[in-house]
Amino acid sequence: MALRFAGDFDTTYAHDMAVIRNRGQWALTIAFLVALFGLPFVASGEILGMINLIGISIVAVQGLNILVGYTGQISLGQAAFMSVGAYTSAVLVKGGVPFWFALPIAGLVAGLVGLLFGLPSLRIKGFYLAMATLAAQFIIPWFFRNVRADLFGGMPGLRVAPPTLGSLVFNSQETMYFPIIGTVVVCTIIAKNIARTRLGRALVAIRDNDLAAEVLGIQQFAYKLRAFFLCAFYAGLAGSLWAHYARAINPEQFSLVQSVWYLGMVIVGGMGSALGPILGTTFVRLLDEFTIQFSPMLSKIFPEAEANMLAALGPIVFGLALMLFLVFEPRGLAHRWELLKAAWRLRPFAH
Amino acid sequence: MNWDLFPQFLATGLLTGGIYALIALGLVLIYKSSRVFNFAQGHILMLGAFVAWWFTENLGWSIWLAFGATIGVAVLVGLLIERLALRPLIGQPILATVMMTLALSQVLQGAVILFFGANQRSLPMMFPLQPVILGDVRLKLNLVLAFGMAMLGFLLFVLFFRYTRWGLAMRAAAEDHQLAQSVGLRVPRIFGLAWAIASVVAIVGGVLLASISGVETNLAIIALKAFPAVLFGGLESIPGAIIGGLTVGVIESLVGGLPQDAAFRALHLGDIAPYVFMLLVLLVRPDGLFGLKRIERI
Repeated sequence: MALRFAGDFDTTYAHDMAVIRNRGQWALTIAFLVALFGLPFVASGEILGMINLIGISIVAVQGLNILVGYTGQISLGQAAFMSVGAYTSAVLVKGGVPFWFALPIAGLVAGLVGLLFGLPSLRIKGFYLAMATLAAQFIIPWFFRNVRADLFGGMPGLRVAPPTLGSLVFNSQETMYFPIIGTVVVCTIIAKNIARTRLGRALVAIRDNDLAAEVLGIQQFAYKLRAFFLCAFYAGLAGSLWAHYARAINPEQFSLVQSVWYLGMVIVGGMGSALGPILGTTFVRLLDEFTIQFSPMLSKIFPEAEANMLAALGPIVFGLALMLFLVFEPRGLAHRWELLKAAWRLRPFAH
Repeated sequence: MNWDLFPQFLATGLLTGGIYALIALGLVLIYKSSRVFNFAQGHILMLGAFVAWWFTENLGWSIWLAFGATIGVAVLVGLLIERLALRPLIGQPILATVMMTLALSQVLQGAVILFFGANQRSLPMMFPLQPVILGDVRLKLNLVLAFGMAMLGFLLFVLFFRYTRWGLAMRAAAEDHQLAQSVGLRVPRIFGLAWAIASVVAIVGGVLLASISGVETNLAIIALKAFPAVLFGGLESIPGAIIGGLTVGVIESLVGGLPQDAAFRALHLGDIAPYVFMLLVLLVRPDGLFGLKRIERI
């Protein structure tokens, strides 16, 4: 149980349920949102570009966290579900549908494909289910590569038009920032709230003990499918955002390695908390950014890899960070943050 | 469909399946003894191919000497991985071990590019390049001999498990960790041995594969086709690994090669046939042919 500020009592049911608990927190929240949406007016395009990339990943990782963190199932197919969203959105926008409608439709279509690959969860779970999603990770990019090349562009992929709103064209880092960060904020609020509903508690029950959950009347299959749907829905949103952000998509962008990175972000951030994906994604992306900055220095030591320094160092740094987290802090950064908060509130006492 | 080619594709499929079977054997060994599914098996295989290439290229060794030395490296790599990465996770949930081997795959991928570069290399021929002709079927001699070596490896391991003390100890540990520990077996050492053997198996597969198709980072992806093989054969079964590997090889070869219709061939169905097959196995018989059935009904 999180420690509360002194004097913070639950005097009404509404207050008992509230996420934002007092005026100070309201003020901080509003200040944060204002700062978040005011950022593009002051920050440089380079920084915004990075935030945009992090934002897109956060959406995908939030979804994955619902499946992995809350429900305890493993999915190795998040990047593939993202590609479903990306292609759906690209094809729809090409057909004249505005981006703002294509975005949720992309999420829905990806969610339905997610349901399809979640169906084996009727019989299998845990590791075996991970293998089913691994199959999705190979079958879906294959589909976009080889089927209906007239529609999906085959191997070279598709060019995607930027979103428009009236006369406004979202074709720069500054403008794409708003749809991306808007989606991140909405997705995070929804993810945070899902965890507090019947659905979220049922998912946690399945994770902690599936037999006991079933005995309590929670239909495992139905709830696991919902988790799969949500997970893929978020991936679809992220894919749609990515398609219109990058404005060129091809099947190679959505590889197994991507999926592994998303899983790694869930672990590093901390499973089963809405804060985890944000911390994990930001941490991993920043780490990658540092690697990019440092890699030229190492190319003198490793001449073989000079041209591919980044391809070499990126996976090593990510893999090692993930290993260290698994061994030393399996509950991730979100847990550390909770500890820090508790320590702050108890100050100056240790306990 | 051109049924005249059926024996040809069947034979080719069996031969590639032999290599999948070898990789699958490594997976089964580790899973059986320590309940860890090694997603990095393909990357260990790739590492082996690159190390063998380095020995032949930079030290000027003959391919066979390099092969032997690479096996030594494999033992070290396996023991190191087990000690540093997986020992700390004993008793952790399955997600932790899955993530650990995935992290390991990333580290190995990066390390190979860091030390050896990402360019495609080629190993000296291990076997002469001449076709073997059996009736209508033409086969490459190197494929046939690689298959033979894979099968020989299998035989050695089956004998090892049946007739040596270490083999007996490994079978005991596979049965029950606590029981094995209580009769005086050092279970962590057995895990180490399993990883060492699995790495050796992967690296033998890697060198054989690389001597046929070249040394490249894609080798790790090719090895992923051993996953359907393991699931089909059953996660705990060594004969299952052979049968699964051969089946997947044959399915891939037949689906990819047999249909002659151009529009159909353009789909490259052979690429995903193993994974569709894996989905079917998961739906129909998740324990595989010879896997242990954990009965858990709700």
